[in-house]
Amino acid sequence: MLKDQDRIFQNLYNDLGSDVNSSQKRGDWINTKDLTDKGRDWIINEVKDSQLRGRGGAGFPTGLKWSFAPKEVKSRPHYLVINADESEPGTCKDRDILRFEPHKLIEGCLLASYAVQAHTCYIYIRGEYYIEGQKLQSAIDEAYEKKLIGKNAAGTGWDLDIYIHYGAGAYICGEETALLESIEGKKGQPRLKPPFPALIGLYGCPTIINNVETIAVVPTILRRGGKWFASLGREKNTGTKIFCISGNVNNPCNVEEEMNIPLKELIEIHAGGVVGGWDNLQAVIPGGSSMPLIPKEKCETLTMDFDSLVAEKSGLGTAGIVVINKDQDIIKCMARIARFYKHESCGQCTPCREGSGWMWRMLERMAKGEATKDEVDMLGDVTNQIAGHTICAFGEGSSWPVQGLLRHFKKEIKERNKLDPIVKENKNIPYLVDQHLLDKNA
Amino acid sequence: MSLRSPAKDQPEKFEFDNSSLEAANTIISKYPKGKQQSAVMALLYIAQKQHNNWIPLAAMKYIAKFLSMPYIKVYEVATFYSMYNLSPVGKYFIQVCTTTPCMIRGAEKLVEACKEKISKNESELSKDKSCSWMEVECLGACVNAPMMQINDEYYEDLDKEKTLKILDTILKDEKPISGSYRGRVNTEPENNRKTLMDVKNA
Repeated sequence: MLKDQDRIFQNLYNDLGSDVNSSQKRGDWINTKDLTDKGRDWIINEVKDSQLRGRGGAGFPTGLKWSFAPKEVKSRPHYLVINADESEPGTCKDRDILRFEPHKLIEGCLLASYAVQAHTCYIYIRGEYYIEGQKLQSAIDEAYEKKLIGKNAAGTGWDLDIYIHYGAGAYICGEETALLESIEGKKGQPRLKPPFPALIGLYGCPTIINNVETIAVVPTILRRGGKWFASLGREKNTGTKIFCISGNVNNPCNVEEEMNIPLKELIEIHAGGVVGGWDNLQAVIPGGSSMPLIPKEKCETLTMDFDSLVAEKSGLGTAGIVVINKDQDIIKCMARIARFYKHESCGQCTPCREGSGWMWRMLERMAKGEATKDEVDMLGDVTNQIAGHTICAFGEGSSWPVQGLLRHFKKEIKERNKLDPIVKENKNIPYLVDQHLLDKNA
Repeated sequence: MSLRSPAKDQPEKFEFDNSSLEAANTIISKYPKGKQQSAVMALLYIAQKQHNNWIPLAAMKYIAKFLSMPYIKVYEVATFYSMYNLSPVGKYFIQVCTTTPCMIRGAEKLVEACKEKISKNESELSKDKSCSWMEVECLGACVNAPMMQINDEYYEDLDKEKTLKILDTILKDEKPISGSYRGRVNTEPENNRKTLMDVKNA
């Protein structure tokens, strides 16, 4: 288990208070000026040395992302945007940072803004987190009052303004370019990349977008050194991470742990074990709903980091672990996830807009045993036609969980769905007519 | 994609009152000059707060003029995002999360409770017209599942009985206490905490 002094988020459970004075006691804001005095290159190199990878799901190296920002500010100002649109089912880590460690985030914003030469920072919070947004706003107000941000922020000579922008319940706005569209006051529909936001982003200006957790760990990395952070976890999967363990466990919780921690340790020690004992485990979704599930056999030895999960054909994603035990109907669980994606598709690309609903309807029927045996393969076919054929990664996000189900639980689906193909029985089930008109939940 | 359409009965006029106007102007000042369109989401939200928790078409037209942008762009935004209510909802607007992490911890019991106490179908006003409920997608409090949101506040670690009690409270027009209903502290593992013990006991 990670030593307590190596935990970055000392106030994860709000034992100490989240106001500026208590945060300063925990070490926030103490020598911000010394850090910026070492220069931009030092900050970016230190973050590169720490091998910090983005905590929002994709795991892109943060130092590298920052180095994409133009070295000189020309006619277009630079922006820093923080992605706090946490909506991935199974994930609730950013919420705790916004509520209980807002000053880590604000200080991180200052350091990151300095490194990428931005004077304005927008924090995009999902609309449902209204109370959390208010808490962050009061922390921002405190920081302005203490001159930690604003003109000559914290004595660094750098000017920084931080504004909160609330979302309004669209999951897709967690995608970085959709998020930018949303800040610009449009529908949150992702943009084509390239051009990448680091060159043409918010209002057409260079923009660096990072997740809340990524930015909030930066001050600690700079204080304790990139080497310290890199000494935790393993090569290329370094540091600590907040894991959210939900679902059928005895004590669902958020906990900060070292990367590469065994999944079994997280579940058995921190979350108090699976409901009904370890043998009652059916499957685990390791990184938020977009990541393919992992069956029990593999959970015994699985370690939680980016690369070892990719090796299992899944991913760390946001590290939102959903534990599903044998009391649950796995097909129904996945059908519900498919419904989530059907509801949240932005409607821009046809494969995703039509395919996400198609997958949901098929899975609903499969859960009830009303599908034909051919449809199981057809479902796999549909997922392949969505993944990789859309503008953003939502296509993968919606089809991977279904592919994971097919990979590990095909036998169960086939056992339940033995009907003959419809054409043979000549049943009048309209497959290819305008399906959303039939859709009662639309 | 979810299909959303505005209510049939629409009020003819909408205007910001003074406090909304002030809030709107503060928000516009957050964005660079000439980029006032960025404020449209926040302004729609202000309009919703002012107008009994839903947005009439008149408000969209008003906001379009206010920000000097085309009405259809405001309409697009208002129909795209699911938190804008386009038809009347109750003064207490209950959103029950039923996505998988909540579902496997018994979110359907919460839905049952809402059906018993408020209305048979979702998005339907209760008898006294004070509440309405709907199923929503993940609200991002998965380790406190099952949970629901009433207006701005989260109600966590629920079961059917606790939900019924909360609904009784709001039907009496009182605001229930938000947070965990099993008495646990935020997102810590209940009675099983292994980390940051010095801080806890400090």
